[in-house]
Amino acid sequence: MRRDFRALNLRAFWQGLLRSDGGKGDRIVPPTGYTAQLTLFAAGAMAFLAVFALALALATGRLADRWSSQLAQSVTVRVSAPAAEQDARTQAVMQILQTTPGAGTPHLMPEDEVAQLLAPWFGPDMPVDALPVPSLIDLPIDNGEFDSDGLRLRLEAEAPGAVLDDHTQWRRPLVSAANRLRVLGVISLLLIAAASAAMITLAAKAALAANGQVIRVLRLIGARDITIATAFVRRFTHRAAIGGAVGTLFGMAAVAVLPDMDAAGGFLTGLGFQGWGWLLPLLIPVTAAGVGFFATRWAALKMLGAVR
Amino acid sequence: MIEMQEVGFGYHGGSDLLSNMTLSLQPGMFHFLTGPSGAGKTTLLRLCYADLLPRSGQMGVFGQDLRGLGRDDIAMLRRRVGVVHQDPQFLDHLPVAENVAMPLTVSGQAVDMEALRDLLGWVQLSQQARALPPSLSGGERQRAALARAVILSPDLVLADEPTGNLDWDMSMRLMQLLIELNKSGKTVLVATHDLNLIRATKAQVAARVLRIAGGTLHLAGADL
Repeated sequence: MRRDFRALNLRAFWQGLLRSDGGKGDRIVPPTGYTAQLTLFAAGAMAFLAVFALALALATGRLADRWSSQLAQSVTVRVSAPAAEQDARTQAVMQILQTTPGAGTPHLMPEDEVAQLLAPWFGPDMPVDALPVPSLIDLPIDNGEFDSDGLRLRLEAEAPGAVLDDHTQWRRPLVSAANRLRVLGVISLLLIAAASAAMITLAAKAALAANGQVIRVLRLIGARDITIATAFVRRFTHRAAIGGAVGTLFGMAAVAVLPDMDAAGGFLTGLGFQGWGWLLPLLIPVTAAGVGFFATRWAALKMLGAVR
Repeated sequence: MIEMQEVGFGYHGGSDLLSNMTLSLQPGMFHFLTGPSGAGKTTLLRLCYADLLPRSGQMGVFGQDLRGLGRDDIAMLRRRVGVVHQDPQFLDHLPVAENVAMPLTVSGQAVDMEALRDLLGWVQLSQQARALPPSLSGGERQRAALARAVILSPDLVLADEPTGNLDWDMSMRLMQLLIELNKSGKTVLVATHDLNLIRATKAQVAARVLRIAGGTLHLAGADL
């Protein structure tokens, strides 16, 4: 890093972020040009997309936590036995469960509830009570003392035919899918930042190239690289911040009008922000300004090095 | 001020355009640099404000070795050297007054509006202060460039064919300004191939005429 560019620091960043005109020094750069519109549009569009990527990452994180915790809060014990022994075997299992450390009160599911669970497979008219359906016991987990492996072994020994299902088979792929979605959301955010940086760099390079004569004149009359670069960096930082702010506001408005999760109850309707989460998108314009700052700084460094 | 010892220079790996050039520019003197087109007058001036670096030999400006200058050092050096080109360039989006004051702006100095008005009056551009550069005539552009070149009160003023695009009257008006600068103590080096201009100027000020030909520098004869 060249010595004089170290001075292109946070002060220039904040001036670009907060001030529309960095002062007389910034007038050395012609004020108009298509690069201004390009930067504003690119920053706005990317900020809009970033809001959705952020919402996706947050929502899938919540989803993974919810699935993980809800399914982990209880286990199911299935008791199969010859019809004559079914009740006795079930009561024996109930007693075992009642004395299991860390477990709550076991709940033997009534026949009508079991019938409701089986209805999607057998249809509503199937006489479920005529089938050898196992008894189902829902066992809530109260605390960390609960040992599913220990209980499984105890049931095998004391109540043959009783099978413990801790929902791992279902829970693992669901949580894994939610976590992958969260990673995809984060990757999307990074890709959006990288694409923004590329676009702003191109716009900055175009602006620098279009102002080649201005740069040559300024160097000729004794302008330091830092003076010239700061004028461009402030301007692009400001444009990226404004575009980012507008895009973020539109994105937040779009997320706000999505159907409510509780009202619709579906998976995708959970996409949105909750509580303090609504403040997180406000970081997007600042990030956009940061991307503009560093991208322009890099482009200016490269460009000015070619002018003596 | 400017010391050249056996300086050689050539463009892009080609043969030397300037070779074994030795020169000592004395402070406070008026100098002409003359010679045929393509002889290397502009190249020599560009070496003087560190726009080019010599290929061989030693060259110092204000006691600093050109080869040892960083980019910031070059910027600082150029604040002590005012340059006027045959076709001066400006920031076309800014009015003449801001262009003239630009060396102050980029060097972080406050603009004294009264001094700026005086300077514009000196080069007879008071009426054009708010005009944009593209609307200026050739002579007005040259005078604006001269005002910009001297606003930081440089020790050395370089002019590269400053009258190349001007008629005789306008050329003499510009030379008069350069003579006034020299009489105020500034060192002036004017590159020109116009011998009549040199003769007319020498009638008003003691000037040293250097002739560049065949890549080397000579002191011109008494006929100039």
